Parts: sequence; C-alpha cells; structure tokens
Amino acid sequence: MAEKVLMKGNEALAEAAIRAGCRHFFGYPITPQTELAAYMAKRMPKIGGVYLQAESEVAAINMVYGASAAGVRVMTSSSSPGISLKQEGISYMIGADLPGLIVNVQRGGPGLGGIQPSQADYWQATRAVGHGDGHVVVFAPSTVQEMADSAASAFELGDKYRVPVMILADGLLGQMMEPVILPEPLADDALPKKPWALTGHKGEREHTVVNSLFLVAAELESSILERAERYQQISRDEQRAESFLTEDADVIVVAYGAASRIARSAVVKAREQGIKAGLIRPITLWPYPKDALEATLASAKAYLVTEFSTGQMVEDVRLVVNGRKPVSFFAHTGGVVPTPDEVLEALRLANEGEVFDIIPFQGKLTRKKEVQNG
Amino acid sequence: MAQPLNIMLAGFGGQGILFAGKIIAYAGLIDEREVSWLPSYGPEMRGGTANCSVCLSDEPIGSPLVTEPDALIAMNLPSYERFIDDVVPGGVVVVDSSMVGACTMRHDIEYYTVPATSLAEENGLKGLANVICVGKLLEATGFSTEEVCKQAIDKSVPASKAQLKDANKRALEIGEAWTASVC
Repeated sequence: MAEKVLMKGNEALAEAAIRAGCRHFFGYPITPQTELAAYMAKRMPKIGGVYLQAESEVAAINMVYGASAAGVRVMTSSSSPGISLKQEGISYMIGADLPGLIVNVQRGGPGLGGIQPSQADYWQATRAVGHGDGHVVVFAPSTVQEMADSAASAFELGDKYRVPVMILADGLLGQMMEPVILPEPLADDALPKKPWALTGHKGEREHTVVNSLFLVAAELESSILERAERYQQISRDEQRAESFLTEDADVIVVAYGAASRIARSAVVKAREQGIKAGLIRPITLWPYPKDALEATLASAKAYLVTEFSTGQMVEDVRLVVNGRKPVSFFAHTGGVVPTPDEVLEALRLANEGEVFDIIPFQGKLTRKKEVQNG
Repeated sequence: MAQPLNIMLAGFGGQGILFAGKIIAYAGLIDEREVSWLPSYGPEMRGGTANCSVCLSDEPIGSPLVTEPDALIAMNLPSYERFIDDVVPGGVVVVDSSMVGACTMRHDIEYYTVPATSLAEENGLKGLANVICVGKLLEATGFSTEEVCKQAIDKSVPASKAQLKDANKRALEIGEAWTASVC
C-alpha cells in the first residue's frame, strides 16, 4: 500500500487531480484556496502540464472551457467570491456539455465576506451555479483523504456524463492536514476517449462543434431535454452518502463537509449519554442523497440539520422528509465554527421532541418555535 | 490504546507554532493513530497570535478544531491568556517562561514551565524554542516516544533545510530533559 503522508486538504486535492490525469490548471489566487493553486504552480511545469494564473476568475473559467473543449482533463479552483465570478463560464460549460472540475474552498460571504470556513454557497452550488436550466455534480468531502478521492471521482463522473463537476470544500478542509494515501497515478491510456473533442478532423471524420448557442427554440429545448435525461440518470445512479449509527437512531443529524465532523463528534458524545443519535453525511450534494435519508424515515423520530450557514441544505432535507418527521436546524455562519457541545445540545433538544430553528444571535441562543408543514 | 489527546499550540507568528504542531501530528501518523492538524490562518498570523490545533486519537477525528485542549503549549503571554481557561481540568500546559513571564496560574492543571527561548539561545539553537516545548510536552504526556518524534522531525523538516534536522532533535532532547520547574 502507498505511504500515508501528512498533507493539507488543498494540496492533497491538487496532487490527486494530477494523478487523475489533470494537466491543465487555470486559476486566480484567493484565500483559503491558495495552497491548491500554489501546489499546481510548483508541480505542473515539472510534469509537462500547464499552470496559468489568469488575469481574473472570469478568464480562468473560460480557459477551462477551451481546454475542456480540446478534450483534456482540466480544472480551476477558487473560493466563494471567485466562484461568483466564474458563474457565467460554468453556465457556458453546462450548455456546451463540457466536463471540468471547479473547486470551491468556501469562505464566509456574501460579498467579500471573510476568510474563515463557511458553507454558505450550498444554494449557489446546487441551485444556481449559473443561469439557465442546468446543474453541476457537487461533491462534499469531509476529510483530507476525501479531498483527494473526490478529485478522481469528479473527473470520472464529469467525463462520463459530460457535465462540469464541483468539489464544494471549505476553509477548514482546505487548510487542515491529515494523513492521506494518494491514489496511484492514472496511466495516460486509461483516460476516456472523447470523440466530441475539438482535436482536428484531419479530413477523416465530420467536424465536431462545441457550442452553447441555439437560436432555434426547438433545438435549444431538445438539447436541454437530452441533458435532463443525463441528469435523471445521475440522480438515480450517483447519489452518495455515509450513514453512521443510523440503524437504531431516534434522532439523526444531517450534515456535510466540515460540519459533519462537528456533528460526528456530537453524535459520539450523545451516544455516551444514552441518546440514540446517528449521522447522515451527504457526499454528493447534487444529486442529493435522498435514498439514504428516505431509508431512515421509518425508524427515526426526528432530524437535526447543522451547517455553516443560516439554513440552505436544510431545505433539501425538508423536501425529502416532506413533513413526515420534524426537522430542526442549528447553525453558525460567517466563519464561526460551531462546537460539538453546541450541536450536542441541539441534538438533545431534538431528541426530547422540540422542534426549532436555532441561530445563535450575538452570543445568545435565540429559539424560534416552528410550525411544521404537513 | 492510548488516550486521545487534543492539543492547542499558540504563540507569535514566526515562533514555529505550526511546525511544532506538524512534528506532533507526524509522530501520531508514524504511531499509526488518527491525527489532524489545523492552523489558524489569515491576518491573525501576521503580528498577532498564531495557533494550531492538533488531535491524536485511535478513533476517527470529528471536529479538528480544539476548543477544550487536554494540553496547551503557550509561547507568549497573549496566547497563554487567550487559551488557558479552555484547558480541561487535569490538563497539561507547557509554558515558554522566557516569553510568558508572570501570569495567573490555575490550580487544577499541571504546569511545565520551560525557559525555552533562553535555552534555545544558550544552546545555539535560536528559533527552536518551539521544538524544546514539544520535547517538554512529550515528556509530560507521553503522546509518543522520543524515537518516533525524531522520525517525525525527519519527516517535517523540508528537504531544503535538511541540515537543521540534528538541531531540531537536540532541541527535542533539551525540552524532554528540562525538569527543574514543574509546579
């Protein structure tokens, strides 16, 4: 087995992307993502790859579009404000059916926000990653190992379905070091063939077109519907989640990424206190792992969602649960990371049958009783 | 099975807080334990306090952010004051007494005061007060062994500074051997 090394999440993701065959990186520096770009700047020239610091995020994502159209595995990375700038290009990639990896190491927003860990770009990633009728696949790693592993998964799924893929990390995962076993480098001939890529027809085949402009409405509709079929397939086949102690759980915490680590600590503490707690950790955020949640609905009495935002993923949980069980919410946002004890307290309340939306306000816990729909 | 140990290291930027944490984390890795290392990052690192959370455990690590440290290494007064109340009762604090000076002490935790910065200078190890503190923490908690920590130093010192490995190992030994002022 390969050696375990201690690496930052940002660097592990970068190295894993290279090992997955990525030889093209276009980006623009921003905290807390910078180590990823810096790693690429060091490594790419040594392995015959391209590292290019573009003049802006907008330029970088359009370079990704171009490289992807030429058939190579390509990526960019940024943090929240930078991702907003890339949105136009991401939408064009969706419209042109171009794969490509976009990494968002989230920081607090809106606006320039802050630089501490945040999960406030969930809606952007899963609902509005760009204009138009489209999606990207979204992975949410929760460990440095997963930061590395998700790079390969992102390129595989992107190429398989011809969709852009986002890895939605955060400052905590990007900056922290953990032991990681890096994947074996992929052989050049193991990369999938891309007959649609713009590589020159050399007079031997019909020319191919990569384009997102369809001025005839019926043609645009059919291209969207064809893509929608792929989205359906993705939604059916590519949901990923980890379930931890959910089989006998009365109260289940749903959390992803760094928040899931806090939640996991809280669940372990709750079990020590005799509370039957469990954790569902979405690994894909789009497609949302509905099946994992649905599987617990018969046995769980209540759900608690915790994330580093004022409540975004909680809406997906409520869509799945659909009023059948109470769903409570607890969070910090803006770069403040909740402690396991705070989540434990929320978990305890949920276990006692309370239904609430708690957002700590100026140091005090304000509790809003919420009427459940349905 | 060793106890899980959550460690907070804190000091000024430039004192090698993050590097000291890396040695501890690498020791945990070599010991085949679960480890995490999380730095404070951003403007806080320039001029203010730099700090670093390290967790060692035999179970997968949940929150990598240490809010209730079992052990604290404090390398200046502001860091000491910021984190001392968070240390769990019965916990351990290693204080660089050359930098912290007079401070209010708690009676429910174990203090290991080491004049690490002075010791480093006296021994021609300027800049290695951080590793002296790691040596003291090693002796105080037994989070790993000296041999493993030396391997961890080999792993943590970048290739471009390989000549500093021996100095780091000596600093570790000096910290371990310093026993004069346990209180």
